[in-house]
Amino acid sequence: MEHITTPKVENVKLLDRYTNRKAANGTLYLTATHLIYVDASAEVRKETWILHHHIASVEKLPLTTAGCPLLIHCKNFHVAHFVIGHERDCHEVYTSLLKLSQPVKAEDLYAFSYNPKMSKDNREIGWKLIDLKVDYQRMGIPNDYWEITDVNKDYEVCNTYPPEIVVPKAASKATVIGSSRFRSRGRIPVLSYLYGENNAAICRCSQPLSGFSARCLEDEQMLQAIREANPGSPFMYVVDTRPKLNAMANRAAGKGYENEDNYENIRFKFIGIENIHVMRNSLQKLLEVCEAKSPSMSDFLTGLENSGWLRHIKAVMDAGVFLAKAVKDEKASVLVHCSDGWDRTAQVCSLASLLLDPFYRTFKGFMEMQDLTLVCLFLPRCGHLDGDPKEISPVFTQFTECVWQLMQQFPCAFEFNERFLLEIHDHVYSCQFGNFLGTCHKEREDLKIFEKTHSLWPFLLQKKQDFRNPLYRGFTAYKDLQPNTLPFSFQFWCGMYNRFDKGMHPKQCVLDHLLNCMSQKTKLEDNASELENKLPFLDGPLLPEACSLPKMGSASSKTPMLNTPQDYDGDPPSVLTNGAAEGDRDVMSDTDQENKGNLSKHQHLYDLEAPAGVLDSEATDGKPEHH
Amino acid sequence: MEFAELIKTPRVDNVVLHRPFYPAVEGTLCLTGHHLILSSRRQDDAEELWLLHSNIDSIEKRFVGSLGTIIIKCKDLRIIQLDIPGMEECLNIASSIEALSTLDSVTLMYPFFYRPMFEVVEDGWRSFLPEQEFELLSSLTDEWRLSCINKEFSVCPSYPAVVIVPKSIDDEALRKVAVFRHGSRFPVLSYYHKKNGMVMMRSSQPLTGTNGRRCKEDEKLINATLRAGKRGYIIDTRSLNVAQQARAKGGGFEQEAHYPQWRRIHKSIERFNILQESLIKLVEACNDQSHNMDRWLSKLEASNWLTHIKEILTAACLAAQCIDREGASVLVHGTEGTDSTLQVTSLAQIILDPRCRTIRGFESLVVREWLQAGHPFQQRCAQSAYSNSKQKWEAPVFLLFLDCVWQILRQFPCSFEFNEHFLIMLFEHAYASQFGTFLGNNENERSKLKLQQKTMSLWSWVNRPQELNKYKNPLFEANSLVIWPSVAPQSLQLWEGVFLRWNRSSKFLDEAYEEMVTLIEYNKQLKAKVNALRRQLAELETDDRMQENA
Repeated sequence: MEHITTPKVENVKLLDRYTNRKAANGTLYLTATHLIYVDASAEVRKETWILHHHIASVEKLPLTTAGCPLLIHCKNFHVAHFVIGHERDCHEVYTSLLKLSQPVKAEDLYAFSYNPKMSKDNREIGWKLIDLKVDYQRMGIPNDYWEITDVNKDYEVCNTYPPEIVVPKAASKATVIGSSRFRSRGRIPVLSYLYGENNAAICRCSQPLSGFSARCLEDEQMLQAIREANPGSPFMYVVDTRPKLNAMANRAAGKGYENEDNYENIRFKFIGIENIHVMRNSLQKLLEVCEAKSPSMSDFLTGLENSGWLRHIKAVMDAGVFLAKAVKDEKASVLVHCSDGWDRTAQVCSLASLLLDPFYRTFKGFMEMQDLTLVCLFLPRCGHLDGDPKEISPVFTQFTECVWQLMQQFPCAFEFNERFLLEIHDHVYSCQFGNFLGTCHKEREDLKIFEKTHSLWPFLLQKKQDFRNPLYRGFTAYKDLQPNTLPFSFQFWCGMYNRFDKGMHPKQCVLDHLLNCMSQKTKLEDNASELENKLPFLDGPLLPEACSLPKMGSASSKTPMLNTPQDYDGDPPSVLTNGAAEGDRDVMSDTDQENKGNLSKHQHLYDLEAPAGVLDSEATDGKPEHH
Repeated sequence: MEFAELIKTPRVDNVVLHRPFYPAVEGTLCLTGHHLILSSRRQDDAEELWLLHSNIDSIEKRFVGSLGTIIIKCKDLRIIQLDIPGMEECLNIASSIEALSTLDSVTLMYPFFYRPMFEVVEDGWRSFLPEQEFELLSSLTDEWRLSCINKEFSVCPSYPAVVIVPKSIDDEALRKVAVFRHGSRFPVLSYYHKKNGMVMMRSSQPLTGTNGRRCKEDEKLINATLRAGKRGYIIDTRSLNVAQQARAKGGGFEQEAHYPQWRRIHKSIERFNILQESLIKLVEACNDQSHNMDRWLSKLEASNWLTHIKEILTAACLAAQCIDREGASVLVHGTEGTDSTLQVTSLAQIILDPRCRTIRGFESLVVREWLQAGHPFQQRCAQSAYSNSKQKWEAPVFLLFLDCVWQILRQFPCSFEFNEHFLIMLFEHAYASQFGTFLGNNENERSKLKLQQKTMSLWSWVNRPQELNKYKNPLFEANSLVIWPSVAPQSLQLWEGVFLRWNRSSKFLDEAYEEMVTLIEYNKQLKAKVNALRRQLAELETDDRMQENA
């Protein structure tokens, strides 16, 4: 709380980028965890909550006649544009937010103070929802070829690996330790996923310390052991997910990639996924395109192309598909690494498992995957703490988008829906739960994550009804997914990058409609069986005319459709401009009549009577963030 | 002329058909006067391909030794490949297809030969008559009349025989106005907005020329639609620049001085070869199988297709906004008033009028605002995306309209009674069909061709219950509101159902659609069941009470 000098500022305006009705006027509050804005001008109390941890950047823009603008960009792509009456207030809010949004110590993260009033036991049960060992069991490990070893129990082999790792049975302790010395940060090859149908495995590691010519017998033995753990295939793939040039440059630093001549029966392959710095810049460019004011179609598509974002998404997807095909079609094991074996390697391995195994497309499987495979990239990559901005990268956003792209191609293959992805994405940055804190198992133990914080999953499962996919065909409907990766198969994800610009989304939501159907279905089934019980002697067929009865009024709940026209008149000098200062793409609202005063040059237009507003423009305004 | 003269080789055996996402099929190829037929000989799994010659946009042939290959590119954007053994057979087949797919006489087209195999319940030719439309209007207002001035198509060759005009304007005045408008397309009623009595009219450009000609009757006609002291809007679908240039050729636009109660807004919508090239480029981009994201996005951008979609939708939204929000009447025109004008007036109605979002209402809209309004279908749809000929008259104007409807449908998935397949079906029939509906360029030509007597109407076929079921949107819930689509680039998408239809498998999307239908249908049955049970229970209770009372 020591950062908050001004907990409450009145007369603050909130500009909406996509609606040009009169800016909201209200009060801004700073709490220990949130920035809360309460709109006083609205008839219904309307609140905008922004979690401090969600704030990616705070900017003070040049003073205007209306006051001092404060622009906040959030990590979940929410953009809030406040105008604060007094410069001094603005400055204080600004400095407070700077500090609040990037705590220096991990202990200051929200998760450590978040208290949902849950008993200690329940908290523990929550954490035990996902268990590493159960996942290995599911894959049939240990078996004849693979074993769980405790060689890393004191984090001696690798301090960024968990204490229990899965390695080939044939690899001796000496081999493991020898190999770890030859791998960057000691991240030896370990099993990530075992494809039950043919023993082909996906393994992961970091780059070898090969430099220009160095070799390591144990490392070579290690790879041989992995290859031989899959007797069905005479060879294995070693995949470096970096562009070849990057990998070669690493040789100068004593790192690099495997020499095909030194390892027996490996097929080495580069998959050019760019590094985190390129990805970070790409996302930045994408967001600029998304935020542009009334871009033309060409501006948008050119911007989308220049950002390179979809190219990167496709590269990650292509890599996932390559791995899945190698394992399933060629029955070959694959060892994947990039530099340190977390960002790209984690993305690609997770994606491949998701393609191969329907388990990961269920709630449980997906949560497990988040916890086990991806967790290593959260703390530095998501910028939770005030640290090196160069380490921040949208690796997780990319993975989430890849899953979403798959959902578009296979609408019945996932147990969960888009909202589940967005919710997890939100919480990766919210630091409200312990799941995404700490870079590795050791750090998580050191931070006492399991004792001091809560797990996200029980909270999400409580809302399972909202997150399920009404079109899910069940676990057995699809085995492996073979997505189309031609460029046209990738869509721009408006629901993520323009998520808070409700005006751009479809005005009627099929998902809502179908979820509604699902809950109706349950109710109706209950009704039907209840009625059937009341009619014990009913065993003949239903009366034929019964089917033509009118629909039950009570059961069909309609989602109100909320919609107003935009300003469809793109050219500023043209006649129908509705006069407001902000952007052309803005929604033309029912409050035009109130704006009359500002419209002297187009006054004649509004000589007409106020049109009877059938739709409530206020209601198009989504409540962005609420906890 | 006998078709047989054009068919040198009517039948070839051992032809192999290749289509994307299907295994190759070997069979016998037959050419008839109107169809290319390939039937596989396998007993277990007989497969047949029937392709209308009129659906063929272009063909290419290749030879490897004596094996010839013909690549057939269709107007519905499909590409198929036929491997034909024997060079002579292949050349004969290719030249026959070429000749049969480019017949220049309309009366040789398939609709004149097609004999329906279904029972006609309702004659589609009589389903959407202007008289019926006027009857509906008269129940709402008496300010309009039905004029038969164009009975013999003598005043305006591209208008239907009867049109709706303001009551206060007599036929004599209309004749004068017709002289003042391009192609004699004087302003007529397009849409009456029940909610506030405002109207949308359409016409062609006024022939003001460089010396600013005026026509008192024209001014009087359009002013007749204004309420006292109210303004109207003229939406010109050309940029101001283009409209000004039109004056040099005798055309022009309404001068403020002569139309003081009207505000003119220029919205630039492209025409003719620009649209045709846009389609060609878009389809070329969609057929590009290279794995290069930048190339795809850059080609998609360069095609400008989505830009046209955005422009057209924006203009339509503006027209709708003037009517519904500003409470003003609107006149829409471009140059001829047969293309962009109709895109705008028909889309505005979809936005404003819930009736146009039903199947029947949409059919009526297509008939009124496209067929009767004189959109030259035969010229515009003569060729599609694979045409080599750079003819001036072809343009995917109607396809753009359907695409815009799809965009609105995507944004309001529960507000339309029809689904995407309905729109795709209309696209197909506009370019190649067994029905006469889209033949000819206007009602005048259709009447001369005696289409009503000699061909079957598309609507006769579509409006049978078993056919309609395919086109019903399971999510539909009547929505009486005006629907305002977003025209932000993020909100507009490539219409996969048409442009990627033949380039990717739709298996998983089809399964999702089925799943959705099953869920909704099951719910409906459950509701019916619960209601029936309730009723039975109530009846039993009444019976019991009656027995007690007795």
